[in-house]
Amino acid sequence: METTTRIGMNKTGIKSSPFDTRALLEVSDEAAPSVPGPESELVALKMSYAKEADALGSVPPPATVKGTVKSGVDAIKGARPQVVFDKIAERLAFERTGVRLYEALLVKHAATDGLESIVPAAELVKIRDDEAAHFRLLVESMESLGGDPTAQTPCAAATGIAGQGLMQLVNDPRTNFLQSLQALHIAELTDVDGWAMLIEIARSSGHTKLAEAFQRAEQQEERHLANVRKWMLGLTKAELGKA
Amino acid sequence: MALDLLKMNGTPLSKQRFTWREMVAKPISKLDDDAFTRVRVILMNGIETEALRFQHACARMNGELRPALAQIRRVEQHQATQVNWLLGADHSPLETTIAYEQVAVEVTAALAQNEPDDYLAQAYRFGLLEDFDHLYRYSALMDRMEGKDANNILQSYTDVLPGRPTAVEHRDPLDDVREPFKAKDAAFLTKLNATVLMASEHQTHDYYMNIGPLFADPVARLLYAEIASIEEQHVTHYESLIDPDQTWLEQWLMHEATEVYTYYSCVQHESNPRIKAIWERMLDYELGHLQAVRELFKKHEKRDPMEVLDGSLPEPINFASQREFVRQTLTNEVDLRARGTQFVPLDQESDASREYRAYLNSQGSPTDTIAKGYHWFPGGELARKVVTIGARH
Repeated sequence: METTTRIGMNKTGIKSSPFDTRALLEVSDEAAPSVPGPESELVALKMSYAKEADALGSVPPPATVKGTVKSGVDAIKGARPQVVFDKIAERLAFERTGVRLYEALLVKHAATDGLESIVPAAELVKIRDDEAAHFRLLVESMESLGGDPTAQTPCAAATGIAGQGLMQLVNDPRTNFLQSLQALHIAELTDVDGWAMLIEIARSSGHTKLAEAFQRAEQQEERHLANVRKWMLGLTKAELGKA
Repeated sequence: MALDLLKMNGTPLSKQRFTWREMVAKPISKLDDDAFTRVRVILMNGIETEALRFQHACARMNGELRPALAQIRRVEQHQATQVNWLLGADHSPLETTIAYEQVAVEVTAALAQNEPDDYLAQAYRFGLLEDFDHLYRYSALMDRMEGKDANNILQSYTDVLPGRPTAVEHRDPLDDVREPFKAKDAAFLTKLNATVLMASEHQTHDYYMNIGPLFADPVARLLYAEIASIEEQHVTHYESLIDPDQTWLEQWLMHEATEVYTYYSCVQHESNPRIKAIWERMLDYELGHLQAVRELFKKHEKRDPMEVLDGSLPEPINFASQREFVRQTLTNEVDLRARGTQFVPLDQESDASREYRAYLNSQGSPTDTIAKGYHWFPGGELARKVVTIGARH
């Protein structure tokens, strides 16, 4: 795997093709738009779809009261339990995908020589295991509230859509370890704040026990983010020769 | 109520038109719509794209039919658009793949059970167990790469289990060519079923060929490459069941009748009223196409279209979980192999297929690799230790 940034035959910018670019600009400057009018019509079109659109979907109803009491440590409270279910399901989906992202990153780590001094594999394994533990915590939390941890809720679906690019980036064998870390950087930034918000939502909906349980996860995510930043800077500086 | 093909003329071709906003309407809900609504959307896109494929091939071989083909085909294009655009972009390509395999499993199983011709029914059960295995392999990929549960798409209608292992589905091309039915003797339902499955498998092949390279993960790229190759075999398998001695117009009539039959089946089963209204409109349009082709048939072949069609349609396709039938077929027939046009026990497989497969798999089988040790579990294999199954019921 190529790990260094090099100068090469990149052809994407206009400065790579000065003659053709001159010809391109001659025509481009003279041509008129085929339809006159402001770009705002495009916004109006999108607005009309936005106003008519159905939602992504709904949250499934909680389990029976009987089931909740039987298994529950902190039965669901409030008139709109679906809001809490949806946000837990979002974090749950994120953490489960997070495990897979770190597994993919571990592959890249193993395929790259010379990383260990800056990014110890054991640290990556630890984070992967933390994400798995967070996923299990959320599964148990959802069950304790009488929710279905296997359901894909609207916020879980939304986080899945947002995560597609991260998965693609880490799994591409051509992206090097540092480029792959960009995906984990986005993921960890989101994760730290996602947990912080989930704790606040749990507290404000009366689930203090859950909020306490979530705090440890939030602290771990803060350490993950700090590590990812440290590794990104460390690897970049090492390439600059300034490590 | 059975539909009388002789009395229903549908929407006249001149009245069949769309706006862009009609074609690009609200998608179904991935989370809330019934999985069989999505099954119908995917199946009908397959039927429509087969209509386009057939009509282009027909136009290349039949100059005098070109104007009529061009007119009907334009409508088919816009129907295909409206139907296929019902799938929302919140479906990842892999989630859509899971849905495609659910179509293959459930529709093939439904048709295998109502097929009156024993040989064709056997051919459908044979294909069924292979697509069933693809569903398992793709589910493993989705769980292990995206961290998602295939059952969010399948909605517990369809089992996620190994079928005939994909690694052994690779056969010599000559072991995929089947015996065709004889159109003059075949039941109307036999001709409809074969067209439905040929169409469905062809679109699945094309879908995998288009989206396979969109994945960054080499395991995913390999998996799509391997399964797309089987889908190509399946197109060979299903299309070779169809009588090649039918005239172009006979086949065109059967294609239009298949579109009528499948939209009619959708109308009978649809649980989403907005989508049902779309199926009803499409059914009327297809009745219009059938009427137009009936007239062409009379004009060009000087024959009665009822030599090809039946007056009334068979019972609609049973869009429902075929779990018990699939399990039974798996138990009884997973070890069947194909030799020439016949289905034979494992030990009678041809040397040609064994040799073909040995080379293809000699650097490893992607479908084996992705599913090593994989057991589907609710919420994904990472949830195996924590979810209490059935806690909600």
